[in-house]
Amino acid sequence: MSSLSGNVWLTGFLTWKARFKFLQNINWGRFSVISVPYLWLAIFFFIPFLVVFKISLSESAIAVPPYSNLLDFNLEEAYVNIKLNLGNYLYLWEDSFYLDAYLSSIKIAAISTVFTLLVGFPIAYLIARSDEKHRGILLALVILPFWTSFLLRVYAWVGLLKKQGLVNEVLMSFGMIDEPLTMLQTDFAVYIGIVYTYLPFMILPLYSALEKMDLSLIEAAEDLGARPIQSFFMVTVPLALPGIIAGCMLVFIPAVGEYVIPALLGGSDTLMIGRVLWDEFSLNRDWPMASAVATVMLVFLVLPIMLIRSKTEKEEGAA
Amino acid sequence: MKRRSIFLNTTATLGFIFLYAPIISLIVYSFNESKLVTVWGGWSIKWYGELFQNEQIMNAAFLSLKIAFISATLAVVLGTMAGFALSRMGRFKGKLLFSGWVSAPLVMPEVITGLSLLLLFVAMESAFGWPAGRGELTVIIAHTTFCLAYVAVVVQSRLVALDQTLEEAAMDLGAKPSSLFFLVTLPLISPAIIAGWLLSFTLSLDDLVIASFVSGPGDSTLPMVIFSKVRLGVTPEVNALATLMIAIVAIGVIFAMLYMRKQNKILQASQE
Amino acid sequence: MNASELKSTSSGMVDSPVNIEPPLWKQPDATPFVRIENVTKKFDEFTAVDNVSLNIYKKELFCLLGGSGSGKSTLLRMLAGFENPSSGRILIDGVDMQGIQPWNRPVNMMFQSYALFPHLNVADNVGFGLKREGLNKHDVKRRVGEMLDMVQLGHLGKRKPHQLSGGQKQRVALARSLVKRPKLLLLDEPLGALDKKLREETQFELINIQEDLGVTFVVVTHDQEEAMTLATRIGVMNQGLIVQTDEPHGVYEYPNSKFVAEFIGSVNILEGTVIEDNVDSVRIESPQAGCTLFVPHGISCAPQQTVHVALRPEKIQMSRVKPAQDENCMKGEIIEIAYMGSLSVFKIRLQSGKEIRVTQPNFSRDMGERFTWNEHVYLSWDVHSSVVLTS
Repeated sequence: MSSLSGNVWLTGFLTWKARFKFLQNINWGRFSVISVPYLWLAIFFFIPFLVVFKISLSESAIAVPPYSNLLDFNLEEAYVNIKLNLGNYLYLWEDSFYLDAYLSSIKIAAISTVFTLLVGFPIAYLIARSDEKHRGILLALVILPFWTSFLLRVYAWVGLLKKQGLVNEVLMSFGMIDEPLTMLQTDFAVYIGIVYTYLPFMILPLYSALEKMDLSLIEAAEDLGARPIQSFFMVTVPLALPGIIAGCMLVFIPAVGEYVIPALLGGSDTLMIGRVLWDEFSLNRDWPMASAVATVMLVFLVLPIMLIRSKTEKEEGAA
Repeated sequence: MKRRSIFLNTTATLGFIFLYAPIISLIVYSFNESKLVTVWGGWSIKWYGELFQNEQIMNAAFLSLKIAFISATLAVVLGTMAGFALSRMGRFKGKLLFSGWVSAPLVMPEVITGLSLLLLFVAMESAFGWPAGRGELTVIIAHTTFCLAYVAVVVQSRLVALDQTLEEAAMDLGAKPSSLFFLVTLPLISPAIIAGWLLSFTLSLDDLVIASFVSGPGDSTLPMVIFSKVRLGVTPEVNALATLMIAIVAIGVIFAMLYMRKQNKILQASQE
Repeated sequence: MNASELKSTSSGMVDSPVNIEPPLWKQPDATPFVRIENVTKKFDEFTAVDNVSLNIYKKELFCLLGGSGSGKSTLLRMLAGFENPSSGRILIDGVDMQGIQPWNRPVNMMFQSYALFPHLNVADNVGFGLKREGLNKHDVKRRVGEMLDMVQLGHLGKRKPHQLSGGQKQRVALARSLVKRPKLLLLDEPLGALDKKLREETQFELINIQEDLGVTFVVVTHDQEEAMTLATRIGVMNQGLIVQTDEPHGVYEYPNSKFVAEFIGSVNILEGTVIEDNVDSVRIESPQAGCTLFVPHGISCAPQQTVHVALRPEKIQMSRVKPAQDENCMKGEIIEIAYMGSLSVFKIRLQSGKEIRVTQPNFSRDMGERFTWNEHVYLSWDVHSSVVLTS
């Protein structure tokens, strides 16, 4: 009898000892380095999306917070009532307003990206071709706006584009126009705003790619009979392509979801999805609707972008 | 190629003018006596005086600086850990998911980040009572979260470029992992950490959308105040503020470029 | 020739044949200092080190010699602790290194790229390891000073790595790895980055330092000249296996395989069939050579087996007149001559088409007597000069 209980006791002790050794063997340093940021992101990045999804399925209510509960407990009669409101999504689907805003955002962002490329390429090219001394100064000139406040730079255009603004004054004093142009509160102003504020994001990757380019390749092309324009399109552009793509991604992606630029420079008919979400939330106080818009934006905007990015990263890694 | 076409020079110069005209207009008009853009009232620095007397702006500025400082520091700690986890810790469970979470804020529209965090805070408050009301703390949490993504990217790329034999040499000479980190790795990635801190500080200071969502009554940040003012039109105090900020950034950029030039000289010398 | 009559120390000097102890690896009951037992290392599907067993003795300067991909660097890293064997074990001074991390091993490594800490000056670099041991500042300073003097860099303590020349960086790296007086020092291609002249000087300095300090060295290199100069013993590696372990003389004169014969120095390999297999000699018929080859040692082989015979270029005599012997004598035409100053290298094409390489020291300054292109010559060698390769 005693040997049996002794065995049981021994087994228990050994298991405990093994567990203790296991705990000792966990590399606590490694564990905390991984788990602390992981936990933070799980709580403050991932779970919020779940909350957004949950609320998109509730109804707007005059309450604090302004949405209804999904779950309804009734302990007396012992039932749980789950109310999932798909009305928000239905509304999104039916009302063309949201689809229009989504497509309009993509259109505006795409056009702006092209213009940013056209404006940024010569600057990047010039810097890449400069000698060492000038290059540093020119780069500093490009980086300086990048570090100043985004909001203030957009605001600067308000003063320039309004009816009594600087641009109109200059144009009128040169006699080019008789009446001040309406430039503010238009799509046009939004294009300018996006091109202007995102220009450094286009220039830097372009410069990086152009700087690495081997000049002797252009000389070889010219030696073989290509004129400057031809060598530009057949040699320079293809070699700068990684920089072009990187720059376009850096401009297009944030531009689609922009709020500040359309809010300050755009008109009431300038539809951009970021602004729609904000208005739905703050003006209409319709949290569930805003959540539904956010969820749709996530699925149809953010996820495709992330997939494309990871794919291009894999290709770059393989190359 | 020594010859550069006139076409290139002209377009590039126009580009630079385009880049700087608005900034210069802000600076010039901050010294305009008259409030109106169309009328030049002579040189004056009265708007700077008005700026410093404007309590609303000053309080908001102080709050924003405080939030930016704390968020940047927290973001650097968490972001460096994340950068390490992704580049030096090999494989671990859920690494792919973690990697996605770390890089997602870089492509996430701010309205979504703002909305989602606000809804989280509201839900948490009703469930556990914390965070009690929204304000400084929630803005700090929000800023830290999206800034740490930027820090992680910067630190990760520096770690990947770092010569691993240096770390191996340190281990070989007797440095345990913690000594290794503080004595060798940290000094060598310090440029990335500093860059990450500065980037986070700037992003936090400049953030409008997220702060608008997650802040509370009475805790308006500087961008929030500026935004509400400029919606009503041009205000010269804001021009003055803009000029000051541009000046500070310009000084910072100049110092940074000089420092980088010195470092590059050292790097070139060591590669000979 | 046996060990007691002729002993070469690693500095290449011949000792007088008085009571000299045979080196440790020749003593049957000597305990190895480093024991590598059946060590295999696999990276997924790729086998970098394939069941290697090796004994290294105290105070040896052992060289692992091989091309890229031979597994030599992986083996070195396993000794340092940066990789763990997939199977097998490593013992250093009798202690199993399983699970012992690099910072806890009595081993130090000198890296190919030197890996000097760019943010620390020379003195701090060298003192890094001592500070990890917990030595006080005074002792650290003293030992660092001694070490820097030993490598003749005493005046450069305050400099930073980027301010040093390649040779100086190498010495700092050496000083840093030796200052902790490790039981075992691992060197990864230590002379690879140096130019030829510097390399020659440093080779002898390295040997002297090793002898003075009495530290056991394991050097990894792809340069067979370096291995031959430095090593007390060489381990030739190919595709994860150790093909031959022997003193430099043994590896050069008695290669056990085609691979080793070709890897070290240059060699002529003649193919033939065994026609006479005796206990202490063997005769080989070689149409390739155009003669019979006689080798005065027995080999284990099947009758009529095809074998290869290795013959070093410097062992061949060239003459215009047919020598007395019929065996070990070939005939051909000089097709290439390279005048290298101290010696000349000749390429001779035999009747079979096979090309033979012959080197001859230039005894005479007079060009008149010299062999010239398209001359027909006889090549002959002493019976003891050739070796039959077993694989």
